[in-house]
Amino acid sequence: MALSLSAPAFILERDQSRCIACQVCVRQCANDVHYYDEDDGVVCSDATSCVGCHRCVTLCPTRALLVRTNPLEFRPHANWNAATLQSIYKQAETGGMLLAGMGNDQPHRIYWDHMLLNASQVTNPSIDPLREPMELKTFLGARPDAVAFEADGEGEYDLRTELTPQLELDIPIMFSAMSYGSISYNACQSLARAAKRMGTYYNTGEGGLHPDLYAYGPVTIAQVASGRFGVHLDYLRTAAAIEIKIGQGAKPGIGGHLPGEKVTREVSRTRMIPEGTDALSPAPHHDIYSIEDLRQLIFALKEATHYQKPVSVKVAAVHNIAPIASGIVRAGADIVAIDGLRGGTGAAPTVIRNNVGIPIELALAAVDQRLREEGIRHRASIVAAGSVRNSADVVKAIALGADAVYIATSALVAMGCHLCQRCYTGKCNWGIATQDPYLTKRLNPNIGERRLANLLRAWSLEIKEMMGGMGINAIESLRGNRDHLRGVGLNQVELDALGIRAAGT
Amino acid sequence: MKRIVIHEEYCMACRLCEVHCLVAHSSSRDIIKAYRDERDTVMSRVIVEESGPLSFAMQCRQCQDPRCLEACPSGAMHRDPATGAITCDESRCVGCWMCIMVCPAGAVQQSTSGHRVASKCDLCQDADMPACVAHCPNEALTYEEVS
Repeated sequence: MALSLSAPAFILERDQSRCIACQVCVRQCANDVHYYDEDDGVVCSDATSCVGCHRCVTLCPTRALLVRTNPLEFRPHANWNAATLQSIYKQAETGGMLLAGMGNDQPHRIYWDHMLLNASQVTNPSIDPLREPMELKTFLGARPDAVAFEADGEGEYDLRTELTPQLELDIPIMFSAMSYGSISYNACQSLARAAKRMGTYYNTGEGGLHPDLYAYGPVTIAQVASGRFGVHLDYLRTAAAIEIKIGQGAKPGIGGHLPGEKVTREVSRTRMIPEGTDALSPAPHHDIYSIEDLRQLIFALKEATHYQKPVSVKVAAVHNIAPIASGIVRAGADIVAIDGLRGGTGAAPTVIRNNVGIPIELALAAVDQRLREEGIRHRASIVAAGSVRNSADVVKAIALGADAVYIATSALVAMGCHLCQRCYTGKCNWGIATQDPYLTKRLNPNIGERRLANLLRAWSLEIKEMMGGMGINAIESLRGNRDHLRGVGLNQVELDALGIRAAGT
Repeated sequence: MKRIVIHEEYCMACRLCEVHCLVAHSSSRDIIKAYRDERDTVMSRVIVEESGPLSFAMQCRQCQDPRCLEACPSGAMHRDPATGAITCDESRCVGCWMCIMVCPAGAVQQSTSGHRVASKCDLCQDADMPACVAHCPNEALTYEEVS
């Protein structure tokens, strides 16, 4: 075999004065970076296959380990930088597409960080969330065009308008689609339990619903994607809502591929495919080639569930997202979920992940604006996804026009993910993106649930604090309230696209 | 009384319980000194059993009707009247290994301290929680009241 020209991404530093040779690192690394030298009685490392997941660093009882980016330097070149060269070396070696996990890691502008929130001073009072009630309750679904009442003459009113089904959220944050198969059963269970505990929802992704998780049906959004994995009547009827997945922010326009190694007996049973076979999701739905086709599927699903569940349509944020969203609403969707450029994935071709789509902030602003202009904003809720990293991002998304947000990467990080971006290898040392029985037991769902619930609780406290500062006591009043946003370091085109004013004006 | 409960489905065989048990029973109680200076004379009283992906940390089960107590000819193996925990009084142990032979859990070992005595889990009597439970990174061991 010819010599590989690729250099290791990381180096490992072991402080031998602190290493007690307990071999925890040896046992915890699925990439076989550490090994015990019996002759010398010491633990050694070869960082060639280190992915930088920090499992060993975190579990080392004496803090003897440090993972560093490989400081090896090429002659500086602004155009042909190290990452570019390494990619070419790897492709010249393998002849294959480069794969990546998690979201876009390129330095595209993060518009959240260029928007600042308002606060009340003198002329309007701020509200102390510790003393005053603050409302984060959110309903997702279509609103009626008008509401008709009938008075009985004795002060009682009867609602005459037939309301469409709604999702009721205690906090405007849901766990985004991650399939059983791409993530472990314990990870799915953690998400389901945390959603139940915190009064929100999680999403099955396109992996179907494991029979043991049917108990969490009332907090489950069942996804129907192009591969139709695990879709059957019970699946649809058990869930609280159904989501048709057209696209995903990390890989707009392309399908999915769950390698056969991850299709274990339980995954095969849940997805209804043979064990060990690759689960290939086609790029398009082969029965959707137009808005009219989409409408057919939306109503087929509504028929199947007796019009008792809202239907969401999830699309990736792409160039013409505003008219696409308009079409989706007119097709009858109750919820439009938009997934931005920085959204995560278990596996995507790196070139797609890093280059296709547009940031969620711009897409969200464009969609909210377009739906308002067309007078159909009330006919669907908007859920923003694609890198919501903290509570400020949530508040900014809602002020830009979202009804709620989806989080997935943040949720994975809460469960232990260290963004090593190697989900597609199936060797997740944190027991999340793997089906290997040695690794999946590393995620205790009792801990996963607790950490996810803690994250949501912490964010809800911060959201209330920010709302209080703005003098707002209900999240409803913040929705689409772009007066509370100001842009910094943005040009006029960007400000106009976001529909916000520059700071200081 | 409180017992150590094993949750084998979350044990990932990292063996940190063994590391911290050893440290808790060392004289220095310092992880680096315990391994550097006392490694040959102090041992872990918890043993991680492994078979493929199945693993769990086994230590004395604190049996209701302990065979080791019955088998011990010197009375070294006894139930602490205050806490109810079964412990070995090393000053009375004669090293006959009867306890090792009768223990159904294999939780008693020959001590490496240099004295011919039996070594077993003492539930870290001087601490609030046994070291193995306190340091299990995945809560695969819990310390709870079990009737």
